[in-house]
Amino acid sequence: MAVNAAFSERKREITRLQELVYELRVRDAMTSKVITVAPQTTMAEFREVLRANRISGTPVVEGGRMVGIISIEDLIKALAAGELNATVGEKMTPRTVTLYEDDPLIHAVGKFSSLGYGRFPVINRQGDLVGILVQGDIVRALLRRMEIEYHEEEVRRYRASHLFEDILADQVTLHLRYRVVGGDFERAGEASSQLKKTLSRLGINPRIVRRVAIAAYEAEMNIVIYTDGGEIVAEVTPIRIHLEAIDHGPGIPDIQKAMEPGFSTAPEWVREMGFGAGMGLPNIQACADEMVLESTVGVGTTLKVIIYLTSGRRASTDT
Amino acid sequence: MKLRDVLEIVEGKVISRNTNLDLEVKMGCGADLMSDVLAFTHEGTLLMSGLTNPQVVRTAEMAGIQAIVFVRGKIPPPETVALAEEKGIALLASKYTMFETCGRLYRAGLPSCGLFETSLRRWREFFGEE
Repeated sequence: MAVNAAFSERKREITRLQELVYELRVRDAMTSKVITVAPQTTMAEFREVLRANRISGTPVVEGGRMVGIISIEDLIKALAAGELNATVGEKMTPRTVTLYEDDPLIHAVGKFSSLGYGRFPVINRQGDLVGILVQGDIVRALLRRMEIEYHEEEVRRYRASHLFEDILADQVTLHLRYRVVGGDFERAGEASSQLKKTLSRLGINPRIVRRVAIAAYEAEMNIVIYTDGGEIVAEVTPIRIHLEAIDHGPGIPDIQKAMEPGFSTAPEWVREMGFGAGMGLPNIQACADEMVLESTVGVGTTLKVIIYLTSGRRASTDT
Repeated sequence: MKLRDVLEIVEGKVISRNTNLDLEVKMGCGADLMSDVLAFTHEGTLLMSGLTNPQVVRTAEMAGIQAIVFVRGKIPPPETVALAEEKGIALLASKYTMFETCGRLYRAGLPSCGLFETSLRRWREFFGEE
């Protein structure tokens, strides 16, 4: 099982790497300090430029315009032929295959493999030379970004999961408060999504996180569907999560009826979206260790749910 | 079962960008009712649905579902695709009905999510047996 876990972890990383090749731009990977030579430069002088800067090739620029590219391979050929006094202009590859700085990195990968060149000059949309890209730059940029992302999530997780241990008090409670806008189907679920992410970062058991997320989401949908808005508050302690969904009307006339599986007052458009089948409250109850629903018509509804973090407090229904 | 196997079995297409076809799904669930998805699935379930609004993706996120197959040739609107890509949830399409899409996958060895306590309780209450 451990091997499997490590394997799927690696697969995830490879996928992320593939995504990054599309996300990152050429400018994120290129070297922007470009060393150039003029066509009149001799190959002997060019050798010194390569040596002094520890590079393997440069664009050739004349009057601010790029006229070609010259590399260490051209130098080796010139050395073999004893032509060190020849000019760069004679030995360069007179081509101007370039990359735009805002091209996705995947374009660069494609050009490297289809054209077989070792480097590409990078220009901006005005045509100015702004950088140079070699194949190694791509790998470096990808690794750098992966490391940053990995580190950031790691730090977040670490900080969050040590929160309760680091804070010295007889009792520690974390309050998470999310506003829910009534009738806004577009953003419905945002609050639960953020709550789920936060609880995961706190290092809480994924099974528990899933139960809290489902209860919060059903409650959030109820607020969106039936009310003018409200809020979801999660109170997290090392022992339990206390979830409250509060709204300010219209209220539920018959709570017992509302709790019956299949009972619903949802309008047709809500049902068309896959909700309002009268399963929301029963679902919340199935996820909860304790649940209290209080409502006053014309005033509002408060739903309280408690889910314990310590296992064994409840025989889970979702296993 | 990997997503690339799912695609082959249902003769499907990929809708979301940057989809990892090596993603492993452990079991399947067919539902058009979002509360059923929340109540009768586990982490790592493949969801088959005829609903294409963004809430399907939200529901999947809450339930820990990483891939959705839209059945009956239904194509989700751009906002659903955008949300799925943001959340890293794979979207696939099948031209077959819900029954046939699920049936093909079940026959190929993708198991269901099993029996649930809530279903069994109702069953016992009505039929009075264990």
